[in-house]
Amino acid sequence: MTAPDKTPAPALRLEGIVKTFPGVRALDDVSFEVRHGEVHALLGENGAGKSTLMKVLAGMYQPDEGRIFIEERPVTMRSPLEAKARGVVLIHQELSLAEEMSVAENIYLGELPRRSFGRVDWKTLYANAQAILDRLKCGFGPKDRVGSLSIANRQMVEIARALTVDAKAVVFDEPTASLTDAEKVVLFDIINDLKARGVGIVYISHRMDEIFTLADRISVLRDGAHRGTLIAAETDEDEVIQLMIGRKLDLSRHEREAANLGAVALRVEGLSCGSLFEDVSFEVSEGEVLGFYGLVGAGRTEIAETLFGLRQPTAGSIRIGDETVSVTSPADAIARGISLVPESRKEQGLVLGMNCRDNITLPQVGDLTSGPFVSDGAEVAIFDQYRDLLKIKTPSWRQAVGNLSGGNQQKIVIGKWLAMRPRILIVDEPTRGIDVGSKSEIHALIRDLAKSGYAVIVISSEMPEVLHVSDRIVAMYHGRITRTFDVDEVTEDNLVAAISGIGQDKVA
Amino acid sequence: MAQRFKTSPLGWLARNPIWGFIVLIFIFFSFANPYFFAIQNFQNILVQTSTIGLIALGMTLVMINGNIDLSVGAVVALAASLCIDIQGWAVFASWGNWAILPGVAAALTAGVALGALNGLIVWKTGVDAFIVTLGAMLGVRGLVFVYTKEQSFFAMNFSFSDFGSSNLGPLPTLAVIFLICAVAVHFLLARTVHGRNSYAVGGNRSAAVNAGIRVGPHMLVNFMIVGFFAALAGVTLSSQMGAATPNLGTNYELWVITSVVLGGTKLNGGSGDIVGTMGGVLAIGILRNGMNLMQVPAFYVLVILGMILIAVLLLDKQLNRKGKEEIRL
Amino acid sequence: MAQTRLESARMPGAEDPAGRRGEKGGGMAGKRLKAVTGVLARQGILVAFALFLIGFALGSDRFLSADNIFSVIRASAIIGVMALGVTVVVIGGNLDLSVGSMLSFSTVLVVDLHDKIGPGPAILVTVLATLCLGAVNGVLVGVARLNSLIVTLGMLSAIQGLTLIYSGGKNVDIANPDGTWFSLFGRGYIADIPTPIVIFGLAAIVLHVAMAYTPFGRRIYATGGNPTAAVFSGIRRSRVVFSTYLISAFTVAIAAVILGSRVMGSQNNVGQGYELQVLAGVILGGTSLLGGSGTIWKTVIGVLILGFIQNGLLLLGFQYYVQWLVTWVVIILAVWLDIAAKRGRLLSPIA
Repeated sequence: MTAPDKTPAPALRLEGIVKTFPGVRALDDVSFEVRHGEVHALLGENGAGKSTLMKVLAGMYQPDEGRIFIEERPVTMRSPLEAKARGVVLIHQELSLAEEMSVAENIYLGELPRRSFGRVDWKTLYANAQAILDRLKCGFGPKDRVGSLSIANRQMVEIARALTVDAKAVVFDEPTASLTDAEKVVLFDIINDLKARGVGIVYISHRMDEIFTLADRISVLRDGAHRGTLIAAETDEDEVIQLMIGRKLDLSRHEREAANLGAVALRVEGLSCGSLFEDVSFEVSEGEVLGFYGLVGAGRTEIAETLFGLRQPTAGSIRIGDETVSVTSPADAIARGISLVPESRKEQGLVLGMNCRDNITLPQVGDLTSGPFVSDGAEVAIFDQYRDLLKIKTPSWRQAVGNLSGGNQQKIVIGKWLAMRPRILIVDEPTRGIDVGSKSEIHALIRDLAKSGYAVIVISSEMPEVLHVSDRIVAMYHGRITRTFDVDEVTEDNLVAAISGIGQDKVA
Repeated sequence: MAQRFKTSPLGWLARNPIWGFIVLIFIFFSFANPYFFAIQNFQNILVQTSTIGLIALGMTLVMINGNIDLSVGAVVALAASLCIDIQGWAVFASWGNWAILPGVAAALTAGVALGALNGLIVWKTGVDAFIVTLGAMLGVRGLVFVYTKEQSFFAMNFSFSDFGSSNLGPLPTLAVIFLICAVAVHFLLARTVHGRNSYAVGGNRSAAVNAGIRVGPHMLVNFMIVGFFAALAGVTLSSQMGAATPNLGTNYELWVITSVVLGGTKLNGGSGDIVGTMGGVLAIGILRNGMNLMQVPAFYVLVILGMILIAVLLLDKQLNRKGKEEIRL
Repeated sequence: MAQTRLESARMPGAEDPAGRRGEKGGGMAGKRLKAVTGVLARQGILVAFALFLIGFALGSDRFLSADNIFSVIRASAIIGVMALGVTVVVIGGNLDLSVGSMLSFSTVLVVDLHDKIGPGPAILVTVLATLCLGAVNGVLVGVARLNSLIVTLGMLSAIQGLTLIYSGGKNVDIANPDGTWFSLFGRGYIADIPTPIVIFGLAAIVLHVAMAYTPFGRRIYATGGNPTAAVFSGIRRSRVVFSTYLISAFTVAIAAVILGSRVMGSQNNVGQGYELQVLAGVILGGTSLLGGSGTIWKTVIGVLILGFIQNGLLLLGFQYYVQWLVTWVVIILAVWLDIAAKRGRLLSPIA
């Protein structure tokens, strides 16, 4: 990865971009450029302003202040369409394809070649599409239905779409989130190919290894401001991370207090669910935090869902306390003292249109009755208790949850499940998409819960988080447990190795 | 699109199960009833299905867009009433058979205009098409009653009703009209830019918007098309009956949506085609015809239809299940 | 429904919590306009109701007489009772288009059985039979998770056929309308108030209390608002949806008893088109067809608005069917205002 030897003109340059939303300055005087033939990585924590900047680049948002230049000519881009016409293309994280249409039609969506009477010129369409697919070395044809393609191939279609115009800059937003390793290699080849053709690439990702493989330069955003641009070859992960979080990465671990351990609360043996995860065994005791670490798709969430009665295991046993149980539904799981704080708060955790109090009491509303009616007093009491405990900021319990910030929403979900006073608490990605302050509060809370006798399982994709809260860590790779660590035997290297399947044979 | 179906006939049938069902009931009725398998009867089936079929063509477009039109039944009644009433106006008395023309023109214009109104409201207000056309279903029916003063109109010009029972070569004229329209809409949907973009609008609206496809005009045009076909169905129906009653077309939206869904078009939009819709329309037509020939009371047909519709949904659900691993929500 | 997809697609993710509305910075005038439209949208249904009442009262001096008001509410009771049940279904996130033909079925059944097995047993059998139909809806939508629009459309057809099969296509009536206590429900009075009004009122209160103040109601709102989150909260979604259809069927049975008693006879298609009027009332009451929001008492108001519009237009000398035209406009305006207030602009941003 050598940086381009002489400095070519920027393909795309942003100058002093400001974008405010009511109450938030999402982008504060951000300047950023990507040169021809360069991969410029864009980094930042959730909420740092990456996606706003990306939307400004792609014409989805108009900046309040600042100017955009393409090849040093000032431009305004009022829509993604206009941005594309000027050579700036965004490859979405959420694919924007019409599944029932053919690959070629999707590539040329909105620009189907026409013949007389508004007919589609299929010959030209397929020929052009085939040419682009050939360039990308895709294993599918222009006539295939997009709905029948794998996720990776669909992404190829998105990329192919970018090649229909004379792209000057292509923005990739977390392109590898759902790709297998082999598919990643293909993607990287394509990116390098684009680069060789002089296209400027903006690459947004959380994954350090990818960034250091691909990027020439790395720009970091924090709190809506540009914190610096580093040359990839001259920096390292620590420096980047420090820039991202504004301090050194805290890989500290809490002091283990083994004396606190109580009885084994949950013991899972040989649990499998089809191909999602296989032969999973672990146990967690009262007073202990068990961390589950692995890549997205390793099967961690599916294990949680199985324990919570949402999936039917195909083999294995679950013991809660001294009793072997089969959990058939979430209601059943709740009755057995299991709580699950799910991965996606908006889709799985909250009824956004409902108020804060009702969301917190939802799982137990049937028990908060006086006579046939819900007891207002009991509900408000529970709400008050957890608002104070979790420091939830809301003007009143009547506020609809949808109006709260991400961090407060997450606290509502956690509060909802703490209020059930479970024996076993499972938290899936407890701090995803919330600010640093709330993050450490939630971490402290998880430790406190363990101290007061809960058995806690924390699923996380963030290494500092698992290290910070866990007593023991289960590493997963492709649906299997590769290794279980005590937290003091973990090093960064052996943990990363365990979740990437390296040395799996030795461990097994 | 057509290229996609160049696979085996079995694969084709798997994507269009309704045609398999048609073959089954066709064989069944052929053996069960001596009058079923006859050219004359096939012509009957085509004529009988043409009314619902015409509307279903337009409805397919609207549903592929992710919308729905519940007002088609009322539009049928309005078009039929306009057509019969206007051709009898004294102004046109000297026009002879040409007097039919302004009637038909007025009916079709009204259909297109009401479709445009529905489409415009859906586009500009952002109110769901279900609510917009539910209102129109009530309102347009009210319009019919107000306009007709709750009276039926009868065609004084016999050549109008003769037209409804005439033949064009070997086929009934109405059947020919229906088939021509089906081919035209198939062409529109499968071959033109408007048709292809309609899939995009229904399948992934934000993708369509980002690609610069103007969502609103596409919906507007498709609503106008379904309005046109509902009006055309009203005209052909009144020509068959030689009359128009204000209650004409009641429940047609139900039959039409049933046929379109049977044909594999999804309510959420983005998928479906005319081949499927023709299958759905014919399946219902053959069922009604066959059961009628076997003297099954019309009541049972209603029950059986309802059950078939639900059975198709169940089957669809069953086929799309991912098996044991699936999360149970 | 496609509309929602667009909305959610445009909804920015967690990273920009403030980008929710895409507001163009408006000055004071804009703010005031927004406040006005806000009030209009939130209480729009009441404002419209008041305007209609004032308009009709100015146009006809009979309109506001006690007699007239009673007769309007009484006439609205049948649709009203059904609308209460359908509101519950809609809050739970589904639709019920089968209530009209279910009403035909139940009315024919109760009237026909009246002379055969007596009023009491007739009512009992009718209620049970109607609940069975509701249970079929409930199993198909709640347990099998089929699309409620299509299922209830299919049931509309099937129940129509069932009614005709039962009656053999003939109309039914009660031989001696004056000699039966069955007349109480449609023609009688309780404490000087017409029985249909009493029943409507009681049903509204019971359902309002159930929806607003019981765990059961809370679960229905949660299920309609976010079915996935409801399941993750341990709510048995299938049961909840199933029970909403039972409630809807039960209200249809009540409506059938009122209707049968008032007419003392029934045609096979007596309920045809009722599903529209019912849904119109529910929508006017501000219940979102997306589920999770709405209240019973606002449905009552929605139904009464329809009733008063109908009555007022008749008193002003319009033809009966003009009310359908007015309903058309009112429904679309009501929903439009609601949506417009939520998105902060009158016209939709669709290109």
